Amino acid sequence: MDGAAPLARFAAEEIGWPGSPVLRDVSLSLRTGERIVILGRSGAGKSTLLGAIRQRLEEAGQTVALVPQEHGLVPQLSVHHNVYMGRLDAHGTLYNLANLLWPFARERARTAPWIDTVGLSGLERRAVETLSGGQRQRTALARALFRGGEVLLADEPVSAVDPAQGAGLLDALGARFPTLVLALHDRDAALRVATRIIGLREGRVMLDAAPDALGPDDLAMLYAA
Amino acid sequence: MRPETIGAHVTRKHVLVGFAALTLLALALADIRLLATQPWETLAQMGRGLIRPDFAEPVAMARAAGITVAFALCGVFLGAATGLLLAPFYHRRLVRHLCIAVRAVHELFWALLLLQVTGLSPATGVLAIALPYAGIFAKVFAETMDEVDPTPLSALPARTGTVSALLFGRLPQARRDMLSYTLYRIECGLRSAAVLGFIGLPTLGFLLEGYFLQGTYGAAAAVFFVYLALILPLRIWMRWPLAPVYLVASLWMLGQIRTPPMGDGVLWRFFTQDIVPAPLRDGGWLAPAGWTEFAGWFASLGWEQILPGIAVTLVLSQLALALAAGSALIGFPLLVRRVAGRGGAMLGHLALVLSRSVPDYMLAFVLLQVTGPSMLPAILALGVHNGAIIAHLMGRRSELLSRSLRDDAPRGLTLWGYELVPRQFGVFLALCLYRWEIIVRDSAIFGLIGVATLGFHVDAAIQQLRIDRALVLLLAMGGLTLLIDTVSERLRKALRLAAVPETTPRGAVAAR
Repeated sequence: MDGAAPLARFAAEEIGWPGSPVLRDVSLSLRTGERIVILGRSGAGKSTLLGAIRQRLEEAGQTVALVPQEHGLVPQLSVHHNVYMGRLDAHGTLYNLANLLWPFARERARTAPWIDTVGLSGLERRAVETLSGGQRQRTALARALFRGGEVLLADEPVSAVDPAQGAGLLDALGARFPTLVLALHDRDAALRVATRIIGLREGRVMLDAAPDALGPDDLAMLYAA
Repeated sequence: MRPETIGAHVTRKHVLVGFAALTLLALALADIRLLATQPWETLAQMGRGLIRPDFAEPVAMARAAGITVAFALCGVFLGAATGLLLAPFYHRRLVRHLCIAVRAVHELFWALLLLQVTGLSPATGVLAIALPYAGIFAKVFAETMDEVDPTPLSALPARTGTVSALLFGRLPQARRDMLSYTLYRIECGLRSAAVLGFIGLPTLGFLLEGYFLQGTYGAAAAVFFVYLALILPLRIWMRWPLAPVYLVASLWMLGQIRTPPMGDGVLWRFFTQDIVPAPLRDGGWLAPAGWTEFAGWFASLGWEQILPGIAVTLVLSQLALALAAGSALIGFPLLVRRVAGRGGAMLGHLALVLSRSVPDYMLAFVLLQVTGPSMLPAILALGVHNGAIIAHLMGRRSELLSRSLRDDAPRGLTLWGYELVPRQFGVFLALCLYRWEIIVRDSAIFGLIGVATLGFHVDAAIQQLRIDRALVLLLAMGGLTLLIDTVSERLRKALRLAAVPETTPRGAVAAR
């Protein structure tokens, strides 16, 4: 879809807190259909960049689905409720309240396929706090899948599951969202999923290219001490 | 003066020396005489009553017990529901000040005021508990909801409605704390309901007072045991799934109370006549003479009742706080196994639970029979009750602390002196400062047993049907509580004490 207006655009901008930017001189535009993976050492500013993209997209009125690094789940609520929270903005308060007290069969039926996609079928009524770390992460993914929309922004979305399952989950995300922006630490997964890789180092975008244009040295440079 | 500026100069040493000096001054001013002619005789009679309780009137006792629970549950649930509705708006100044105002007045005084309007009816008892508790619930619920983990909120879709965000993002996380706080409040509600009997509502306190005044200590002891049998196993019988059942039963129980009829239009009269200062009534406010008279009325009230009342309140609360602090510091290690041993810790728990469960007013009433009418029973009751609460919180922390210490840490009193007290002294000071404002507020109620605090003058004014005076005195009482609250907060800031000591239940620390 080259040529269409970008979903979000940064032109030589500073990102972070006023006075103490985390990233400098960021120029990039995000287009529909792209699969961007952000790479970099921890603390390089991946989450900050994701946050800035989210803000830009929401200001433009895009529907954005999120998988934050800390998941942002409510531990006391059930898997169904946490997944349903992905679409709280689609209903009025009374409807949300009613579904909180006594989940509607209709809403259960809507969330169930996505809970199934992430492999949590049968756990819909379990409180998230009783789940394992991997299961919690799957719940956060199901919430994003249920929400749907133009763009998925995910911060280490498969860090707590094994690589084979992670690959399946990333494929499910790719099937659901036209556009993906993922922060990953797994380079192999990144090369498999991405149509474009953005590498961060020392507060700057050091790398912005398609994966097949990259050699192993390019990625190693991002992580070198 | 801003807190930051005193912060630079005030140290713990200053506060402790000042506190000791104030305590000595209060001791010199206080009336702590033992006025009774035969205190040991009375004490022995009470002891005999405790050993041989007399359950001769089981129906009356069961009924009073039921009504006590009914008042407590209806009052607490109504207060909690109102507080829950107010909590999201607690950051608004108007709501916050309204809540501070309603909780600055003790349940007993709410009841005395309500008696003028709703008479000896269930509404009086329920509202007397629900009104101040609503103010407390609003504050605590608002704080609980502010303190939840914010990450789920930041993960919500951008255009989620405020109420939906509250319902899904905050309430579920806060729910557990809010329920455990409500349970703690039910315990307080039982104490309040029992004490409401002393002003005529048909709860256990009413029976207790009657038996006491007749000198039938066996029957009084029986009532006391019934009360303990309700409040000690509260956490066993009060199960949330059963709450609706209890609530319906309570409402039915309250429906059974026969209420003496009130005259027509009392509410109207209360607001248009009774609470209007006497010189301004009946068109007085239209004439300049009315206002001149009002100025004199107000000045004499201030000189003759408000200022002396405040002085007595401060003296009483200073001594009670000193007693509470001292007994807590000595008493808390009784709860720690490494200090008191396993058996000692169990006995310590029992003693502290008993002193916490008996309302300070009830304790003072009993002591009054022994010591005679001086300030002594009020000081002892306030000091023991609040000391037990501080000791309980300190003891729980210490038990955890003593398990995390190195293996060669000392035991016994050496542990107390070298590890437990120094490590927790900041917490101890914070707890004392919190209890200070509660003690000041509660000291008013000992006016009802003759200590000339502000509450004494309120009670007298209400007896004389001078509700206008009572209202001004109650406002003064609220102002004093607010002042102590501010001073206590500034001292905590100046001493850099934790805003809320980490020990839960939060309520036991922060709430009144």
